[in-house]
Amino acid sequence: MEYDSRNFIQKLFGMKSREQKQAEREASAEYQAIETSSMTLVIKEGHTDAAQLARAQKVGKIIGSIITYGFLLFMSVIILFPFYWMIITSLKSTTEIRGNVQTFFPVTVLWSNYITVFNTFDFVTYVGNTLIVGVISTIGTLITTILAAFAFARLNFHGKDLIFSILLATMMIPGEMMVITNYITVAKLPWYEFGHGMVNGWLTYKDSVFASMIVPFWVSVFYIYLLRQNFKQIPNELYLAAKVDGKSDWQFLWKVMVPLAAPTLISIFILKLMGSWNSYVWPQLVTAKDESWRLVTNGLRSSFSTSAGEPQYGIQMAATILVTVPLLLLFIFFRKYIMKGVGRAGIKG
Amino acid sequence: MANVLGKVKDFFGGLFKRKERVSADAGERNNWKAWLYLAPVIILLAIFTFYPLINTVVIAFLKNYNYTTGLSDGFTFDNFLNVLTLAGRTTTQETIYRWNTTYDAVTKTYTGIDSDGIACTVYFQTDVIKYALPNTMLITFITVPASIVIALLISVCLHSIKAFQKIFQTIFFVPYVTNAIAVGMVFAVLFDSKGILNYIFNLGDSFFWIDRAAPWSHGMIALCIYIVWHSLPYKILIFLSALQNIDKQYYDAAKIDCAGKFKTFMNVTVPMLSPQILYIMITSFIGSFKEYTSVVGLFGSPSTDGGSTKNMYTIVYYIYDCIKQPDTVARGAAAALLLFIIIMIFTAIQFQVSKKRVHY
Repeated sequence: MEYDSRNFIQKLFGMKSREQKQAEREASAEYQAIETSSMTLVIKEGHTDAAQLARAQKVGKIIGSIITYGFLLFMSVIILFPFYWMIITSLKSTTEIRGNVQTFFPVTVLWSNYITVFNTFDFVTYVGNTLIVGVISTIGTLITTILAAFAFARLNFHGKDLIFSILLATMMIPGEMMVITNYITVAKLPWYEFGHGMVNGWLTYKDSVFASMIVPFWVSVFYIYLLRQNFKQIPNELYLAAKVDGKSDWQFLWKVMVPLAAPTLISIFILKLMGSWNSYVWPQLVTAKDESWRLVTNGLRSSFSTSAGEPQYGIQMAATILVTVPLLLLFIFFRKYIMKGVGRAGIKG
Repeated sequence: MANVLGKVKDFFGGLFKRKERVSADAGERNNWKAWLYLAPVIILLAIFTFYPLINTVVIAFLKNYNYTTGLSDGFTFDNFLNVLTLAGRTTTQETIYRWNTTYDAVTKTYTGIDSDGIACTVYFQTDVIKYALPNTMLITFITVPASIVIALLISVCLHSIKAFQKIFQTIFFVPYVTNAIAVGMVFAVLFDSKGILNYIFNLGDSFFWIDRAAPWSHGMIALCIYIVWHSLPYKILIFLSALQNIDKQYYDAAKIDCAGKFKTFMNVTVPMLSPQILYIMITSFIGSFKEYTSVVGLFGSPSTDGGSTKNMYTIVYYIYDCIKQPDTVARGAAAALLLFIIIMIFTAIQFQVSKKRVHY
């Protein structure tokens, strides 16, 4: 519209259009004489030429990456500093820790903190308890997860989508809603001392406490979801081929699908094991009667929290390291599986 | 194990063979088998998730519920009123209230003699309204936005670099594989009045963060820093993997349009990440409403109270304290139900707000 009106005005007043002007200029002798081979491109904007612009961009890029690396370095120092402090504090004496001058490396390296920890903090018992609870609940979870994920990924049945969405919905419910009733349920187990005040049958009170730390955690909706996604990626042709070979669903599941989904299963195994190692709230509730049944985290917090007078930070940190190092070792060896398993949640699909 | 289960399956297979032949449709044929595969999950969920869900709601409305006996005095709203301290004094408390009582403004207790002539003290339950609810809200509204912004910044920086990317990525993930209690104890050492932070920033050893003498605000700052530190790795991981999946075309288009770095970030990166941001927001909102272990890790075990421990009460802390005594468990159930409702409301709001802003 605008162009049309300009055209109209140009015609009306007999003005030359831009194209005509350009053609006239190019036709002039002056213009013909210009040596085009020695010309350089000049970008008028910002009064800089191309070389200057390229240089500025390069400088900007370098400054940008210095800022980026500086920021990342700064943040990683913040992230790693607590670990460093944990290590050196565990080697310090209490007087040095509580002294007026903080040292970034222990003046005298004190290994005795670790010996004190092993003498006062029943680390071996706690780790044993944690491993029993962790391994059994992890294996149970793997079995239920494989079965359920197979049903959701491969089989057809009425209400499949409904049940799957109900399962996903349970992830939104805070666990505290369940804890109260689960505690009552567990306490009503016949061999639980709490119910009758006496222990009978072949199961002991201790067994029931351990069972209560294991059985409720045999289901994880999140892992079912994770494995289902993985199972769904396995091509249909494999399933049909197995059917032609006369394999049942059951055989197909264990001989084809499970080996193919092994990386995800390893991720689940490690994450679940780490979850047991870190679990605090529920074990704290059910092992209230006997400290020797506690898991490692519970033992950790209750062991050195209230010592008379000054807190014994050196010993506390030594115990903290004993709890943290196995996790870090697991992370170092299974980094790929852990990060893949955790990261899967955010990817849609 | 597999063998045994296989035999069980064969046994059931034999039982249902006739039906299997009759129905030709593949979906129909798998019907009973699928339920067999799902049985362990459904049974466990029924016992430990669905039944507790209903039962907790019921308990929340029971008067004087005692879980050792399982007895109660019928329906009531008192538990909720008790949690919210609007009213709901028990009969003994009311008796004391009427008879000669003295009120101690410091400990907020009524001391007196009840109708049976027994001296007793009544604590009014102000824990939730005074501490737990404001603390939980504050933690949520500080740590969630702060950690999302920091995580976004870090992951955009991580995404833009080539050298050392893997190393940085691993470093930023380390806090994820730590124990919340253990690292909380480390932070307690860092925030100690004679600790490294006061030393570096020259605050002196009478500046308290987490000790008993610490003011509430200092404790809250320390707690929020710890929570953000601990919640970063998961967010960075999710954001970074989403960033790596963004199509390069969008950035090329932005470059052609001469969009600056910030403009590109706001108009390309953030919209492309919006599903992940929504996901992270919802999960971290839920997570920070349930904050508990970080408080225990930083401030001490739940059995010690007094000092700043009570100041640092959160809703879930209150719930776990309630479970420990048989006569307060109904109050805990009421608080859990309220927490559930709060979480549901916030999640619904976020979904509603995000409807127009999230690009799938």
